[in-house]
Order: sequence, then structure tokens, then C-alpha cells
Amino acid sequence: MSDFPTNSAVDPCDAEGFPRSNAPLPDPAATREEMLKLYPPKTRKKREKQLLVNDPVTPPEIGANTRTVPGIISQRGCTYAGCRGVVIGPIHDILHITHGPVGCGYYSWLTRRNLGRPRDDQPVNYLQYCMSTDMMEEEIIFGGEKKLAAAIREAYRIFKPKAIAVYATCPVGLIGDDIHTVCRQAKEELGINVFGFSCEGYKGVSQSAGHHIANNGVFKHMVGLLDEPDPEPFRINVLGEYNIGGDAWEIDTLLKKCGIHVTATLSGDISYEQICKCHTSDLNVVMCHRSINYMAEMMEVKFGIPWIKVNFIGAEQSAKSLRKIAKYFGDQRLLDRVEEVIAQETSALRPVLEDVKSRCKGKTAAMFVGGSRAHHYQHLFKDIGMLTVAAGYEFAHRDDYEGRRVLPTIKVDADSRNIEELDVEADPTRFSPRKSPEQIAALAEGGFSFKDYEGMMTEMRKSTLVIDDISHHEIEKLIEIYKPDIIGSGIKDKFVIEKFGVPCKQLHSYDYGGPYAAFTGAANFYLEVDRMINTKVWKLVTPSWKKDPKLRENFGVGIDSAGNKAIRDTVAGMAKAWKPRKTGPTDAEG
Amino acid sequence: METTQPTPLCLVSPSTTPSGGDSGDAPSGSSNPCKLCTPLGACIAFKGVAGCVPLLHGSQGCSTYIRRYCISHYREPIDIASSNFSEDSAVFGGRRNLHLSIDNITRQYRPALVGIATTCLSETMGENVPMMLAEYRAEERSLPEEGEAPELVHVSTPSFKGTHVDGFHATVRSLVNTFAGKTEAHPAGVVAPVALFPGMVSPADLRHLRTVFGLWGVPVSILPDYSETLDGPSWADYERLPAGGTTLDEIRGMAWAPGAVEFGCVLAGESKTAGAILAERFAVRHHRLGLPIGLRETDRFFGVVEAISGREVPELFERERGRLVDSYVDGHKYLAGRRAVVYGESDLVAALAIFLAETGVTPVLCASGERNGRLEPAILAAAPELAGKIQVLEGSDFTDISEGIASLAPDLLIGSSKGHKLARELGIPLVRCGFPIHDRIGAQRIQHLCYAGSQQLYDRIANALLERKQDGSEVGYSYL
Ligand code: SF4
Ligand code: SF4
Repeated sequence: MSDFPTNSAVDPCDAEGFPRSNAPLPDPAATREEMLKLYPPKTRKKREKQLLVNDPVTPPEIGANTRTVPGIISQRGCTYAGCRGVVIGPIHDILHITHGPVGCGYYSWLTRRNLGRPRDDQPVNYLQYCMSTDMMEEEIIFGGEKKLAAAIREAYRIFKPKAIAVYATCPVGLIGDDIHTVCRQAKEELGINVFGFSCEGYKGVSQSAGHHIANNGVFKHMVGLLDEPDPEPFRINVLGEYNIGGDAWEIDTLLKKCGIHVTATLSGDISYEQICKCHTSDLNVVMCHRSINYMAEMMEVKFGIPWIKVNFIGAEQSAKSLRKIAKYFGDQRLLDRVEEVIAQETSALRPVLEDVKSRCKGKTAAMFVGGSRAHHYQHLFKDIGMLTVAAGYEFAHRDDYEGRRVLPTIKVDADSRNIEELDVEADPTRFSPRKSPEQIAALAEGGFSFKDYEGMMTEMRKSTLVIDDISHHEIEKLIEIYKPDIIGSGIKDKFVIEKFGVPCKQLHSYDYGGPYAAFTGAANFYLEVDRMINTKVWKLVTPSWKKDPKLRENFGVGIDSAGNKAIRDTVAGMAKAWKPRKTGPTDAEG
Repeated sequence: METTQPTPLCLVSPSTTPSGGDSGDAPSGSSNPCKLCTPLGACIAFKGVAGCVPLLHGSQGCSTYIRRYCISHYREPIDIASSNFSEDSAVFGGRRNLHLSIDNITRQYRPALVGIATTCLSETMGENVPMMLAEYRAEERSLPEEGEAPELVHVSTPSFKGTHVDGFHATVRSLVNTFAGKTEAHPAGVVAPVALFPGMVSPADLRHLRTVFGLWGVPVSILPDYSETLDGPSWADYERLPAGGTTLDEIRGMAWAPGAVEFGCVLAGESKTAGAILAERFAVRHHRLGLPIGLRETDRFFGVVEAISGREVPELFERERGRLVDSYVDGHKYLAGRRAVVYGESDLVAALAIFLAETGVTPVLCASGERNGRLEPAILAAAPELAGKIQVLEGSDFTDISEGIASLAPDLLIGSSKGHKLARELGIPLVRCGFPIHDRIGAQRIQHLCYAGSQQLYDRIANALLERKQDGSEVGYSYL
């Protein structure tokens, strides 16, 4: 059942329900070859595995989460960025201290748009601050532990925070500073929670390793510290939602309308206290599978909270996710309320959607971003009749592409072995399964599935391109051959793409716009895409006087002709003779 | 490099500490640095060389962050490669990675030059990059299609020993040191171009400098010149490496320059600069000047060009100068006696302070992120009238700047976007100059230099003050 039934005469879809593109699509295999042929044999062999032609029924194995080849310009960031910047950064009432030279800290200072609002009872917002130990040569040579300890003490003295998190950068790992001991000592000395993350940039192939390290740390040092459940019924945590451009607020509002309570959003506009008590919630719903599935798994083992995959990006998807959550709780009043809300939201959205669709349908999109967005945002484009012809993640793993069923077959390489896997056991006193085995069986019978991420490739059309960790060179080829109408990417590629005359929507920072989540956010996105695709500016790149050779002819022989020489000489002579008058007001006019 | 005092906590904070916090006896705590890291400066300088791809030797995060940051300022494609260290490379060395990345860059870009800068990681490891490059050259790697192998240049840029400004100048120096003179003697009878080292100015400034020399009829080689590469037009056809930049031949030919000009009155205190190398190795007459902002410093610069070229200042510029003087008169009633706080790269801060002084504005606080003890003397040497009226901070960050700032009662801030919070708290305008400016459009087109650039700057400052007055007025003025 669709909440937005398509009028098949007006909106032709193919047999699988994908929008049809206005123009015939190029040959994907030939395009792939075109991208690969420049590379030296070894690089080519590696890229071959990351550059696939899709088959949604049996997705081919993708070589995701492997090292970027040196010298290939990639979108990827470092482990530190994934840890400090993404997963923990949004906690707004703990202090974050970067241990290292000044740059790493500076660059992660307010660069992500994870918005935060101080609470009434907790009027601090440390997101505005970025603290670095600003290591100098002396510490590089003699060790930086003393300086770190002093920095923690000083930060405490100035701010008196509830907790302090410390992040190690590459040089720190190399000189062997023991940040964990420093943190432990500070914790004893100051009587507040202080903990460290060994998230040196070189540890993993991308920011993904940092997500894992952050999940471990948050789980070890924060989750479960406060056994005070919120009083509301239908409590859930939203995991893997970072409140970029206010998305989490949009989701929150929607859920609240339905009567569903969010204990914690990890990690978007979240306080320390919320994280400490998120284990008292009854369901974990996962938005970005890549960055937070570890947490969902660990909380299930330790506390008995099941998790399900949801997606609040796209109208159809938001409706589906709401129904899934209601079904989990199985309360008739909740189920009814959810239907009411969906009906309200869709009827408000329909006019915008139909208007935008009339201009955008049949156009094509490509997306290269993140660990979930390249998948989720395909639904928004689909809502307005646009087909995604190529997509790929920046730092995802095989399960995000091919689905969790491939998990047992993923090879653990040296880079992944680097990241600690926590040994988690059921909590002796607090483990309590939220659903009995019978209830779970009953739900399963009704088609309900837990831990069920199917991956991006199963939801992409056959014969589209799937490109992991795309390089600049490959983007250029893609644009040349496919000429997509819009590309979703990040700031590092934005201006490359736009030099080609293709609009680029930043899907990390939303071009400082948003929110795009839930129904209200979807409307924002449709309008934004409409604005970008249908702007006139690209038509103005070449001036009309270059396009029309007649112009020159129409004006005769031109001033450079011999016939005009006399006139030119006179004009030139006059110009030479001209001297600004030194004396003033003798001029008659004035 | 001067030793710096240890600063236990560098608070990169928006401005002041939250209410209730006292930082009275802080052991020289500093907050919100006015400095970025060293390889960032190197990358910007390398982008000003024709056909150059910057490559950072270290883990990929630094290059990604630096790209991200530069792009948010210039809003242009900026490719910066990385040799992409893994844990193994961090332990066993990055030689293989470095060689492989040069191979891959060469294939993808066919660059004229690969500019290699180090990150803190490879610096901490003590990687011997010059040796690795020598090995690479000796291996004479064969490339599939023929074509020249790129030149390779290395610059050492540890961030624990400097700032982005140091990285920038070290790169210019390294380019001159490597290439100048590596060419046949300049043909007799043809005037070689003047060698100009403008420092970290905006692309619009660089374009204006070109225009000045062009209209003057004096040939010039500007290094670096990212006027086109970091502020290019939209392209009808995509260019993998954007056109523009100083060519390697231009750098080679600098050995025969009739004179060298280097901007930066703080930089002038350093002995081994690009210009100094030209003077020392090729006996080029070297002139160290402040950034030509305002009348006095631009006069000095134009005087030097006149002296080197033997050609009079074209009347056109005299008229531009006249207009600037005229506007000083028009705006005097709005600017005189106003108090400004200026922060950022020290050479820019010094030049702005000197310029402000002649407009009647007192730069009550001048703060830079670098620390070399030369900022205050540089300002006072050019603008002695400021003696006793200004406070100068080096190695400072925003905690230092915001401390006691209210008692200075400033009327405006001049500096990068990072001062926005502070300006907001103080309720005064921020005139954006320097790096980074990511909350406004057109950072790359802000003009500061020479009479025309100073004019723009002057108008912006005066209008910022007027706007504040007008908006804040209860009486709805239309004339002010
Ligand atoms: S490690 Fe050094 S070079 Fe890299 S971002 Fe940090 S300060 Fe900059
Ligand atoms: S030094 Fe390491 S942690 Fe810092 S930005 Fe570079 S890669 Fe990331």
C-alpha cells in the first residue's frame, strides 16, 4: 500500500516500481571500463572490486572498507574524525579535548552541523568550544602526558563539566602517550567522569573505524550509569541520527505527535544524562546502520533491548518506519494514532510533492556520501519521480551494501583487527528482554523482522552503478557519460561537480539548509532539489555573443578592418592627448 | 623557530569562558587559536604554482580536513593528495606509500609539479623525505604513456613547530631554493620580470597586483599566484588542473630578476626568506616591505617599483591614490577616534593596524596566532603614532583576545570568521579579513592591497560602522 499512489498514466514506473529516466541510460559496464582503464594494474585490480554494476536480487560482492590507494583523491576522513567529530561530538554538555597539535582540533571545531540546544535545566553548550592541547615540539620529544593532565585540570577548573572526553591524534599514538592512565588519574582526582579514546587517524581505513571506537567508549563509560527510566510509555532510542540541520528535532516532533517517546538520540542534540540512561528504553531504532550498529548490538546483549532498522528520510519511508515502531509495541491506540498522523502528514505534503514532481520526474540523480545517506536519500528522489543511476558510500562496509546476511562472510583484515571488539555479557541485574520469545515469534510471523538491514544494493535498480569510495577521476567520468541532473555529495567534491555544470547537493552539511527528515523535512528537500535542478544559471555559462556567430557579421566588417584604420588612429590620438584638468571650476557646466 | 611557552590547554572557544568560570591564574591557557596548521599554508602556496598537485605525507585525515577547510573559504575544487598512512606505515615508514602516491598522481593529473608537505605524523616519525624523493627519481619509474615526469619539491611542515603562515612561507622559500637559477641565463637585452612574493593575500589581491604591473608596463613574476586556481570562472570544459599559477620557468628565471619585492613587515625579521635567497645566491636586489595597505605602505611599494623599473608611477594610480585620500576626508567624521580589535595572520594584522592608524581608527588590540616577538616592533616602526595606544598579543587565541576586551570598548572587530561569536557578544560589527572566512560569500574576492584595495577596505569599514549606527538607531536616520 502506498500513501502516495502514483497515477501510472502520468508517472510511468518500470515493473519494479523505479522511476523511468527521461533519457536512455548509458551502458554501465562500458562506463565502468572507462573509469578503470586509467589505473595501473594493481590499483585497477583493487578498484574493480569497488566499482560494480548492480543486481538487486543477488548483489555482487563489493570490496568495501578497504584502504584508499595512496595518491587517489578520496572523500574519506580519518578515524579521529569519525570518533570525535561524528559519534561523540554532539554530546553538548561534556567537554571534548583533542590531544595533539592544533590542526586536528581546529578542523573538527563546529565543522559538522550537528545542532544542539542547551536544556533549560542545563544551560551549557560546549559544542561551541574546541579544546586542543596544542602540542609543541617539546611534548613530541618528551611526551605529552603531563600537558594533557594539566589541560584536563585546567578545563575542569574553568568549566566544571560533568564529564571530559579525550581524543588521541596520530602523533600521540606514535610517541606512545598513555591517555587512558592520564584520564583514570584525572577521574580520581577531580571526581568526574573522564575517559579517553585511542582514535589516532591512521588506525582505520576511514572514519568508520572511529565510529566503532566511539561506540565502544560510549558504551563502556556512559551507557548504564543512570537507572532512571523516563515516565512516558513507548520509549525508544533513535540511534545513528546526528541532527544535521535539525533532522532529529523533526523526527522527535513526528514521534511525539504519535505518542512515542524518545529517551535518547545517539548522537544528536543529546545530553550526558540522556546517554547514561538510554539503556532504560524499550526499543532501539537505527537510522545510520554503519555508524552505530555496534551500540545496538551491545545494548541488546547487555540489557535485552531489541533493535530494528528504520528510515525517516523520504515520505513513504517515514510512514513505513512509524508503522513498524507501532507494530513493535502492538498497542491498538498507538497503531491508530500512527495512521491518523500519517494521513495528516501526507495530505499536507501531497500538494508540494505533486508540484515538484511535475518538474522533476524522469530526471536522474547520483549520490556518493556517508554510510547510509547514499541509500536513504534515494527514497526522497524516488518520491519525486527521479531515478538514482549511481550511488556509493564513502566509508561503509559490505553489509551496508549487500545486507546483513553477508556478515558471516566478511573477511577481517589487519585494519579491522586493529579495532577492539568488546566482550559484552548480559548484565546480571539489569538484563531484561523487552519481548518474550513467544512475542518475538508472533511478530516474526506477521512479517516483522529485527536487525534487518537489507543494504543499499537490494533497493537499487538493476544495472545501476555502485561505486565505493569514489575518486575524483571516477566522478568526472560519471558526469561525462551519465550527465546526471543532480549529484549528492560533500563539500570536497561540490565545486568539482559544479564546474561541470551539474548542481551538487551537499548531503553532509545540507548546504547549511535542512532539515530533510520526516514529512516536513521531505517537503524542504523536494523544493531544494527543484530549485537546484531547474535553475537557469547553467544556461548562462556560455555568453550569447559566443553562441551566435551572426552577431559579428551583422555589425559589418568590424573596427579592426583596414577601412576603419583612420577612425581608430584618430580615437587613439585623442585618448593620448587627454589629460585630466588640474584646475577646477572653470568648467561651464556644473 | 622560536620556542613557545607551553600552553596546557588551548581552548578553541568562541570567545569568553562561560559565566561563572574564572581564568584568573590560568597557566597561560589560550583559547580559540588565530592559527591553523602548517601544511594548510603549504597547500595554499602550492596551489599557486601552475600544474602543481599538493601531496601531504601522512595519514589521510589531515589532507581531508585541510581540503575541506580551504574549500569552504575559496569555494573552488581543491585537490590535495595524501600518502595515506596505515598503522603499518606509521611503524615501518611511509616510503612505499610516498612513491605509490606520486605514481598515482602522475597518472591522474599529469602535473608539472608534485608539492610534498609533511604532517605531524611523518614529522614525528622523522621521515627522511628528501632521501625518499631522491630514490624515487633514481628509480626512473616508467609511465605508460610518455610525458615528462613531474618535478618534486619537498617542504617540511610540522604543526608542532609553526602555523599555517610558516607553512606558506616555507613553501615559497623551498620553491625558490629548488628552482631559481636552474635555467639558461636570461637573454640579454630583454628585461627580466620583477620577482614579487606577496604572502598570503586573496586571489583578488593577486589579480589586482597583476593589473598594476600590467598597466605600469613592468613585467612581473608573482609567487605564488593562485589568482585563477583558487578563484576561477565556471568552466565550459572541465579542467582537471585549473589553469593559472606561477610557472616553473618563471620561478627558474627569478634568478635574473631586476629586483625582488617581498611583502610582510613581520616576515621581514626572518633571515631566510625566498627574497633573501635570491639576494644571497643571485645578487638580486631585495626589498622587504609591509603589505601595501593604506597610503603610507602603498606609497612605499610604488616607490620601490618605480626605482626598480625606472618608470614613473602611472597617473592612473596617482588618481586612485587621490581618491583614497579624498575618502579619508569624507569618512573622517565616522572613523576618527574609533577603536578596533584586529586579529589574524601577523603580517595582515600589522598592515591593517598601520592602515587604520592613518584613517584615525586606533587598533587598540592587535592579536596574532604566531609567536616571534616581531609584531609590535613592526607596527610601531611604520606607525609610530600608535606607541602607547595599542596592546599587542602574540601566540594568542580567543580566550586571550576576549579577556578584558569589554574594557577596551572596541567599536569593531577586523579578522576571520572565527571572531563572529565574539562580535555578536559585544554587539559590534565584524569586518571579515584574512583566513578562514566561511560564513560569507566571496572571501576570495576581498581586496586589500594598493590604493584601490585599500579603498574597498576603507569603504567596508566605514559602512560597517554606519550600518550599525543606522540599524541601532531609534530615530530611523536616512542620512548619517
Ligand atoms: S596532525 Fe598536524 S598536520 Fe595533521 S591536522 Fe593535525 S596539526 Fe594538522
Ligand atoms: S593527524 Fe591523524 S588524527 Fe589528526 S587529522 Fe590527521 S589523520 Fe586525523
